[in-house]
Amino acid sequence: MNVLMDYVEQAGVLVLDGAMGTQLFARGLASGGSPEEWNLTQPERVQDVHRAYVEAGSQIILTNSFGGTRYRLKLHNLQERVVELNRAAAQNACAAAAASDHRVLVAGSMGPTGELLIPMGTMSYEECRAAFAEQARGLVEGGVDILWIETMSDLNEVKAAIEGAREASAEIPICATMSFDTHGRSMMGVTGEQLAQELAGLGLTAIGANCGNNLPDTEAALAAMHTAAPDMVLIAKANAGMPRFEGSKLAYDGTPQVMGAYADRVHRNGVQLIGGCCGSGPEHIHMMRQVLSGEVPVPQVSIAAPAEAAATPAPVRNRERRLRRG
Amino acid sequence: MSEAEEIVLSELTLEDLYELMKEDLYDGLAAEIVEEVNEALSRGQTPYEVLTYGLVGGMEIVGNDFRDGILFVPEVLMAAKAMKAGMFILRPLLAETGAQKIGSMVIGTIKGDIHDIGKNLVAMMMEGAGFEVFDLGINNSAEAYLEAIAQHNPDILGMSALLTTTMPYMKVVIDTLKEKGIRQDLIVLVGGAPLNEAFAEAIEADAYCRDAAVAVETAKKFMQIRKGVQI
Repeated sequence: MNVLMDYVEQAGVLVLDGAMGTQLFARGLASGGSPEEWNLTQPERVQDVHRAYVEAGSQIILTNSFGGTRYRLKLHNLQERVVELNRAAAQNACAAAAASDHRVLVAGSMGPTGELLIPMGTMSYEECRAAFAEQARGLVEGGVDILWIETMSDLNEVKAAIEGAREASAEIPICATMSFDTHGRSMMGVTGEQLAQELAGLGLTAIGANCGNNLPDTEAALAAMHTAAPDMVLIAKANAGMPRFEGSKLAYDGTPQVMGAYADRVHRNGVQLIGGCCGSGPEHIHMMRQVLSGEVPVPQVSIAAPAEAAATPAPVRNRERRLRRG
Repeated sequence: MSEAEEIVLSELTLEDLYELMKEDLYDGLAAEIVEEVNEALSRGQTPYEVLTYGLVGGMEIVGNDFRDGILFVPEVLMAAKAMKAGMFILRPLLAETGAQKIGSMVIGTIKGDIHDIGKNLVAMMMEGAGFEVFDLGINNSAEAYLEAIAQHNPDILGMSALLTTTMPYMKVVIDTLKEKGIRQDLIVLVGGAPLNEAFAEAIEADAYCRDAAVAVETAKKFMQIRKGVQI
């Protein structure tokens, strides 16, 4: 039993937070700037985002460290400050959690490196694992309760991240989610079923789906995971629809009502960790928390039915080789 | 599976040789593509013919299956690698023979974003379709795009973003082009997972391209209009 399982069993369902990036933009982060650097240069603004989610009802908040591996930080010439920035990210979230009047767990966000593993790209599995281990070390030093691998596309990168996370701490609960944004699969073609089959045995506390480009595909992937690994705690942290510009501002289709109705539906389908991703702010999270706790009725909005889950393995190629290679 | 029979390239008809190239490209077999390109050239095929009937023909099938959710990024990347191996032989020959270029493109991933998988696919497919492509790589500021535009004078500017946090910067680049008075000289194409048509319209790009195959089709269409007007 770990701290996350304990909280899940006690509460039944836990509400996560929403987007971090858009909230930082709203507080003055320049387009193209490094969100992770703000953990040290603008800690009060990062904490302000965490506080807003805690006040909205989040029971688990994610650190501002999505792009916190050295591969991503290199972009801002911050690759030598991985541990320092991740530690600060953890401390900022922990400060907001400690100030809360309800129990809040802090999860250390670990996003993709952005690199491709060999043979598709040039990153070795070992380099990948080491990069995640380095990030996880900073997060653990900063005091996170959970390590949270998210928005992944490649199963091997997830496995490297799990190994790296485990290296940083032998006991810490680890969760992993992938983004199902391409014909109901991850960009690399992974289905929800494959995720569950390949990761369920690796000592994770929860698995699930985040981001994605529509609610129905994310929901379908979750249903497939539930079938493949019925005992696994599931996570849904979906985008509030797709981004669009309203004047010079980025806005999303998904209203708090839509996300509230969505939260209710995925919960009834067995998901116990529920939050938002791109486009969800504190007002979405607040609505989701109120709906899940029964304080407000489920909003009567129409949301698209879950899509058909993508089949494992991939669809049959449309060509049979006529000329066989020896 | 039974022992596959050995293929002897020199014994294949030209038609079968091109068929084999398409199949090997589909399966991402780079070494085999190199052999077949050399074989076709040794039979007196022009570099342009090899490019068109072999590589471009093959990548079109890959592009269609990618669009239809039959192939995913790993398979397409391996096919693109095989295409690159073939292009490595053909590119100098094409330059020598002065093969007609359809147009030119400066392409790059936007500032703050390091994702270049989709961008690389677009660059590869555009080159395969006969465009001259200048790839600026990742993390490009408005200044970097402006510099490349001044240097290469392209017909098309392509921008890519994978993150919702970086995509707004595309608007910064387009606004900068307007300030400099060169927006109307360029066809601006944008793409990336979180984008859509409405977004492209809002930032005043010329078009959103959902994937690499669509990017090529769109670029060709715009070039026709552009050349039609210019002539």
